[in-house]
Amino acid sequence: MPLLITGAADAGLMELPWEMPLSTWPEERIAALPRGLSRHVVRFVRHGDGVLAVKETNPEIAHREFQMLRELERLDAPCVKAIAVVTGRQTAAGEPLSAALVTEHLAFSLPYRALFSTALRKGTLTRLIDALSVLVVRLHLAGFYWGDVSLSNALFRRDASEFSAYLVDAETGDMHERLTPGQRSYDLEIATTNIIGELLDLQESEDLDEGIDPIDIGTRLEARYDELWAALTFSETITKNVPFHVAERVRKLNELGFDLGEIDMQQTSDGTAIMLRPKVVDAGFHSRRLMRLTGLDVQENQARRLLNDLDEYRAVHTEGDDETFAAHEWLTHIFEPTIRAVPRDLRGKLEPAQVFHEVLDHRWYLAEASGADVPMPVATASYVKNVLPTKADEKAVLGRSIAEMTAELPALTKEHGTRYEARDPYANDNTHGWGGVPEPEPSEPPQVQRRSTRIPVSDRPQARVRDRAAEAADEELGTLDSPDE
Amino acid sequence: MATVTYDSASRIYPGTERPAVDSLDLDIADGEFLVLVGPSGCGKSTSLRMLAGLEDIDKGSIWVGDRDVTHVQPKDRDIAMVFQSYALYPHMTVADNMGFALKIAKVDKSEIRKRVEEAAKILDLTEYLDRKPKALSGGQRQRVAMGRAIVRQPQVFLMDEPLSNLDAKLRVQTRTQIAALQRRLGTTTVYVTHDQVEALTMGDRIAVLKDGVLQQVGTPREMYDTPANVFVAGFIGSPAMNISTFKVENGYALVGNSKVQLQRETVAHMSEADHGEAVLGFRPESLDRVAPNTEGALPVDVVVVEELGSDAFVYGQLPQPLVKQGDVKFGGSGEVIVRVDPRDVPKKGDSIWVKIREGEQHVFSAATGERISPTAVSTAATPKA
Repeated sequence: MPLLITGAADAGLMELPWEMPLSTWPEERIAALPRGLSRHVVRFVRHGDGVLAVKETNPEIAHREFQMLRELERLDAPCVKAIAVVTGRQTAAGEPLSAALVTEHLAFSLPYRALFSTALRKGTLTRLIDALSVLVVRLHLAGFYWGDVSLSNALFRRDASEFSAYLVDAETGDMHERLTPGQRSYDLEIATTNIIGELLDLQESEDLDEGIDPIDIGTRLEARYDELWAALTFSETITKNVPFHVAERVRKLNELGFDLGEIDMQQTSDGTAIMLRPKVVDAGFHSRRLMRLTGLDVQENQARRLLNDLDEYRAVHTEGDDETFAAHEWLTHIFEPTIRAVPRDLRGKLEPAQVFHEVLDHRWYLAEASGADVPMPVATASYVKNVLPTKADEKAVLGRSIAEMTAELPALTKEHGTRYEARDPYANDNTHGWGGVPEPEPSEPPQVQRRSTRIPVSDRPQARVRDRAAEAADEELGTLDSPDE
Repeated sequence: MATVTYDSASRIYPGTERPAVDSLDLDIADGEFLVLVGPSGCGKSTSLRMLAGLEDIDKGSIWVGDRDVTHVQPKDRDIAMVFQSYALYPHMTVADNMGFALKIAKVDKSEIRKRVEEAAKILDLTEYLDRKPKALSGGQRQRVAMGRAIVRQPQVFLMDEPLSNLDAKLRVQTRTQIAALQRRLGTTTVYVTHDQVEALTMGDRIAVLKDGVLQQVGTPREMYDTPANVFVAGFIGSPAMNISTFKVENGYALVGNSKVQLQRETVAHMSEADHGEAVLGFRPESLDRVAPNTEGALPVDVVVVEELGSDAFVYGQLPQPLVKQGDVKFGGSGEVIVRVDPRDVPKKGDSIWVKIREGEQHVFSAATGERISPTAVSTAATPKA
């Protein structure tokens, strides 16, 4: 069977080394980025000036997941973008190879394991869980049963002071007209178990503080989900003043960041009251409003923050003016100068909208310390000088262009390293329940390294050393056992 | 341990008229391994998910033991879906990987250890309990994943195409393991697959579904020897049964210039709606090669010969025309597969004569596709010399 690439409008994909098993792709192709746990071999691959995620799996699953991701994209659900399915792969010697699913890497996104490579506060952890619960609610509203909700199967992006979660693995999912209560509750049961498993695993590897109770955190998801689901979908019975109640309901949904698309109004059987139930609820209320006003495409909480600033600006500077006009003024006088004030060599740190959010925060602290209002340009200058340089390069972590990044920021990379170096390329190749997993390599796996720019990560050397020693001991024991099967 | 009963259970998706599962009646015995099998869209997965609580039951009910679970939430049904997607956590020991979910259920520590050890014994993993998954082989890892379901000690295991992720070789290995494990555990198990070979090799009994309707349920042997209708006849068995519709005159099916005698009781079961036609089925191994023009024999033009070492199959064509095309509901193409002696294979383009072995005909109504030949057919394992 000849090599077949379905889906992508990108002839350059043909040039990737499809005739080699993914686990042996040459290191100049591989972007050493942190990965979640995966049942399959997954590698990040440099392609053009971007990064692709390539996953080896069987052709039926690859095609199915591709369709599912496309369908989710059509429904505007937060998920990675499917690029192509590659089938008919074989080695030069004619040995058949697994099919592959290619997705685009989500810029500025972080797998949860990357967030644990720096000291993790409990606050961050609960925010991750909250972001995941919003994601699950949104997917459930769209009729998507995930079947394997976990921290590993999502990616996280900073979103003002919160996180936004994106689905990255749709392999086990199903699209339905509407989910049954059973499907929703089972998805949450799986989620809870998976999250607790993932956190226990982090504790075993000493990446998560012993003081944090995984069961506590894990059960938070369901509670948060239930709260949000109820707020979005509960039916209320009202006897009078229907327009007021509908408007009130819309306002409450907007506060939660959702829009009401359709509503069901049904007279009760005795005809004395009306039952209201939201039927179609869309996420992204604030990000859509900001997009309409300014053309800025940012995440929900960032949009909320920017809109607050915009509204404040409008109240003070352009009273009585049309909202669109005020937005234009704000964009040219406040937002753009702030973003332009970030030197080129620091732009890989954070997304522009996130920078703006942090400048606003910084301004608040400055104002509190000095006891007087601090103008935006002053706050920006102080932020760029004192705060931004201390941030890790997040675009470098999972940015669109690592090659470009390092060309632009040699000094910075030299100084900070890329922080999130994949310490062991095989560490996260999860053992898959029903096989399909590569056997452990007899020798040390090849280290993916770029000599010119990397310095070793020295966050937790002790733990790694102990880990290695324990593994070595395990291996010794292993030689005494008879081989399986 | 428990029985499972589907009592006229139906699932009708909103906005559709035809039920996805239509009045399913099925009794699954305590400890039984039942396989739901059928082509894609037949309702097998939906049936399983109704039992799991993932699909609503719009009519009828489902019982686990003597408990009606129709409106019970999935987590309260005491059922475990065994996942193809179970992850193993790399830094946790095998024992923790198997037992951690019990911690969430607030099971006592010593009880967890006890259950993990019991499961490990059944799974041959005892000596690996304190290792990390990385140190295990692929097969052992699969067993750890199964261990996660076993330690929960549910009443029923559910498995939905658990082998679909695997390559062909590992699939055969794993299906044997699952079947053996189920027999050791003795836990009632419902297993869904689209693969009839998997169904035949694993199940105590098989239930074949099509378009949401249960076609037949029985042991692998019964399904193979006495298919209840043309669909089951064609679905179960590989290579598939030869199925063609023929004109019937005076108790004989007319095949070109040849005549095949049908059993008298079979002919008696034909109805007016059949318009003097019947569907005749015979398995590739139910044919003997005979001399040309032997009475009751059929000529077959050899199109392709497939040699498998232990077996050889002739893919051929019956003489045309069979019956008026267009009127035929079942098997109008006249294609036929014959198992032949691998040491004596005809060449492409040859014409061979074959005769259906006595008592190895399956006859179905040309109008309804229902079986009309009364007796079970037992096929010999190898062709007669």
